[in-house]
Amino acid sequence: MMRRPSFPALVTLLAILTAVLFASSLLVGPSDIGVGDAFGALFGNEGVTTMVMREIRLPRAILSVSVGATLGLSGAVLQGWLRNPLADAGVLGIGSSAALGAVIAIVSGLAYASPLALPLSALAGAGLAAILVFALAGQGEGGNGLILAGVAVASLTSALTALTLNLSANPFATLEIVFWSMGSLGDRSLDHVYLALPFMAAGWLLLASVGRSLDAMTLGAETASSLGVRVAWVRAVILFVTAAAVGGATAVTGVVGFVGLVVPHVLRPLVGSRPSRLMVASALGGATLLTMADLAVRLILPSRDLKLGVVTAIVGAPFFFRLILHERRRSMR
Amino acid sequence: MKLSAHDLSVRVANRTILQAIGLTLEPGEFVGLIGPNGAGKSTLLRTLAGAVPHGGELTLDDRPLAGYSARERARRIGYLGQDRHVAWPLTVADVVGLGRIPYRAPLSRESDADRRAVARALSVTQMENLANRPSDRLSGGEVARMLLARLIAQETPILLADEPIAGLDPAHQLATVQIFADMARAGHTVLASLHDLTLAGRWCDRLVLLDGGRIVVQGAPEAVLTPERIAETYGVEARFDRDADGLIVVPLRLVGQHRREVR
Repeated sequence: MMRRPSFPALVTLLAILTAVLFASSLLVGPSDIGVGDAFGALFGNEGVTTMVMREIRLPRAILSVSVGATLGLSGAVLQGWLRNPLADAGVLGIGSSAALGAVIAIVSGLAYASPLALPLSALAGAGLAAILVFALAGQGEGGNGLILAGVAVASLTSALTALTLNLSANPFATLEIVFWSMGSLGDRSLDHVYLALPFMAAGWLLLASVGRSLDAMTLGAETASSLGVRVAWVRAVILFVTAAAVGGATAVTGVVGFVGLVVPHVLRPLVGSRPSRLMVASALGGATLLTMADLAVRLILPSRDLKLGVVTAIVGAPFFFRLILHERRRSMR
Repeated sequence: MKLSAHDLSVRVANRTILQAIGLTLEPGEFVGLIGPNGAGKSTLLRTLAGAVPHGGELTLDDRPLAGYSARERARRIGYLGQDRHVAWPLTVADVVGLGRIPYRAPLSRESDADRRAVARALSVTQMENLANRPSDRLSGGEVARMLLARLIAQETPILLADEPIAGLDPAHQLATVQIFADMARAGHTVLASLHDLTLAGRWCDRLVLLDGGRIVVQGAPEAVLTPERIAETYGVEARFDRDADGLIVVPLRLVGQHRREVR
């Protein structure tokens, strides 16, 4: 029998790890603030230090934990529902349609008029994509309908993004969208938190209700339905809630790949593959991975503005390699 | 519980799959659903499970089945499909535990009743020693038994099973129909589609023969299984024999091919 930690132990461990990383995230930055001063200033009122803590570091730490949790959770939910270990919000076209929204905001100049124009436009892009995917996929029960519709929407929005850049008179638009597509948590304010957090928090609450349905989907849509799962309803909830939560996250950070794909993969064996348990573990695992990556961004080459999505991919890929090798050994046995 | 269909019909994409189905399943019955491939057996089972839009009437204890909530339905009618793909390598006990979903409140732990139902289902299917084995390390027959245990753990008065013995060795085929027969004796209602006419004839209380989306005949096995009918519906000539426990039906040769050779 494979030895694995008990579920409560795993969740406790990941929660402690997330809390420690959240605190560390508050302590890292270009201004040299000691540990005691940092937390004193966060809760007290000590002028500039308090401002740095509350308006620069706190939003960044909140966003890294909440965006990471959202990406990990949505990856676990989509993989469970689609019964496909390669699924994440990307296969539903959510990232690429948010990018289209962002590019329109940049090219039209709206992004320069107000700091929240770009995130709002990206969020609108993600929402429209979800509606389009839902309409295209129809009422069939199979997961493939959603994936096919998602891939179709993703190709369309990528093409439209390219077209917009192609026709753009703004020479910097391409550069900006390329950087946006790598994801970042730099220079985010509490306004970004207020914009994204409600979407993400609502998403966590609503997705918490689909755990049992995901477990039932292990045996396919027909059996799930006979176990009392309202398949069409749950499917719609998952699609729209994921789009809103990941759309909200992506709107403020840009596209951060790999978290939604890799985190559920790495944690699945540790929770005995049960989809409902994987949701909890992946949310905490996503928060851990993204906060670690954001710390790495600031500690390694702080002057070069390393992008978050680049680091998550570099940190995440070796886990993936290890997993593939492990699976290969397992299947050869 | 009594599950009753009256003038039931199913159309999918303008094609009639089932029509004029009249069928009543009473407690304590083990009913065999037989008929050639494409006759509509799987669609009928899925429809009776409440998963397919249909015309006509479908009632459970004289109340329209559509009037039950999904959860109420899942506590009354269990369904075992032909799809034996298990998406993730859950342990056998965890897969069997999925049968308890209709009884569990959101975020609740499993109750004593849940644990007892799983333990009983594992024991009935003789899967106790495999309880902690990940389901991707089972043979095809073991997967079939695990999914049967999942159905049993659901503890529904009515059980619908689509080809539950397909792919099983003779001993496990017999063990499976024995389980269904025992459950019927205990007051459950069982409807299972079967291709083994001997097993169907010897173990079922009643047979329903489906062909071309219609019920050709239903009744006692001896009345349903006749050489003429087997030739008409399946297109095979079968050898009929009988011992103390009932009929023995062995398909021997194709009738259509035979005719062609004569011409």
